[in-house]
Amino acid sequence: MSTAHVLLGLLAGGPRHGYDLKRAHDERLPQAKPLAYGQVYATLGRLERDGFVEPSAHEQDGGPERTAYTLTHSGRDRLAQWLTEIEPPAPYVTSTLFAKVVVALLAADADRARDYLAAQRAAHMARLRELTAVKSAPGATVGDVVAADYAIGHLDADLRWLQTTLARVADLQKEVTA
Amino acid sequence: MTTPLLTATGITKDYGATPALRGVDVRVTEGEIVAVTGPSGCGKSTLLHCLSGILRADRGSVIFRDQDIGSWSEAARSRLRRTEFGVLFQFGQMVPELTAAENVGLPLLLAGSGRREARQAALDWLDRFGVADVADQMPGAMSGGQQQRCAVARAMVTRPRVLFADEPTGALDQLNGEQVMQAIVRTVREEGTSVVLVTHEAPVAAYADREIVLRDGAVDPTGLGVAAP
Ligand SMILES: Nc1ncnc2c1ncn2[C@@H]1O[C@H](COP(=O)(O)OP(=O)(O)OP(=O)(O)O)[C@@H](O)[C@H]1O
Ligand SMILES: [Mg+2]
Repeated sequence: MSTAHVLLGLLAGGPRHGYDLKRAHDERLPQAKPLAYGQVYATLGRLERDGFVEPSAHEQDGGPERTAYTLTHSGRDRLAQWLTEIEPPAPYVTSTLFAKVVVALLAADADRARDYLAAQRAAHMARLRELTAVKSAPGATVGDVVAADYAIGHLDADLRWLQTTLARVADLQKEVTA
Repeated sequence: MTTPLLTATGITKDYGATPALRGVDVRVTEGEIVAVTGPSGCGKSTLLHCLSGILRADRGSVIFRDQDIGSWSEAARSRLRRTEFGVLFQFGQMVPELTAAENVGLPLLLAGSGRREARQAALDWLDRFGVADVADQMPGAMSGGQQQRCAVARAMVTRPRVLFADEPTGALDQLNGEQVMQAIVRTVREEGTSVVLVTHEAPVAAYADREIVLRDGAVDPTGLGVAAP
């Protein structure tokens, strides 16, 4: 995910300090990995270097924590461009789950692949239950629900794949060991 | 709480020459939500029907509060389903000639309540499931989601100790399905009702505290529910 663009977006409403950006990021993208302060300042540094943000004039003499940043014209253009760009659907199938099944068959046997599929399913179900609890909690925000929905949909897709792959393990083994 | 409320042991059921269940054990404790999952035809509905006393198992026992309901008469089991058990079926729920409120109040009338009392309770339960506005509509004039909410209200109107739900969101789109599940879970948590929830969808099963996976009529310890070829 592009932290730089999210920070540009958070600055669109007016100047903010680094700590304020971190708080806003974590609140607006709940269930995402919380931003580290170090990452916020490093990203702001790069954005400033590239001319997308600048320190607000009257606070220029403070250290990075004392400085509020503001979007430049070019920063606004960059943000607008990012919002119109589509994210291309992934061109390659890259999944550790998939790789592990194939490697289990190459390096061991079908039982190893099945054991892995069963253990992975249990872990996915446990996470699915956690996320369902998050979105069902009485204080859940719409942001919490939307974030949990995203993860639930992906876990569900993985779970379907785990199940259908189990039914294909024997055929896949024939193919990879032929 | 961990008191066992419902304990089924060695449930076996054949339909003629078709074995549907081959020795299934299930324990449901007070207030617990247990999901029963597995591929189509693995015996989920049959298990639910045996647990709720709709069907009698060929072998095995179903103990509810120290009583083997499998040995009860058809009439006694059917009385149980109007009092301590609530049932939500996979297909076709509502009586088409009755309004939503009449449908929901029906179990209370059958259990001997007065009309006024049954209607009031029906309206309260329709309200708890967010469909008070369709109280006087016929099922045919309601959306699938509204009908399903009414069906849940009808299953809960007698305040059962155990709710048996067979694919309660099977006919609904994702958002409606989610709203129905949220309403069911919120209500059973408030009421302390135990639930046996049959589903083949992982996101629905994730509302449960625990999951039993069936494969070919038996509990599948791998949880995958697919025969290893
Ligand atoms: N009334 C019946 N007569 C004969 N066979 C039946 C009957 N009901 C179910 N069966 C068979 O018993 C087995 C289990 O059926 P059951 O309906 O319990 O499965 P299920 O897991 O609920 O499936 P689904 O997910 O499709 O609802 C299947 O092989 C089915 O064909
Ligand atoms: Mg069924």
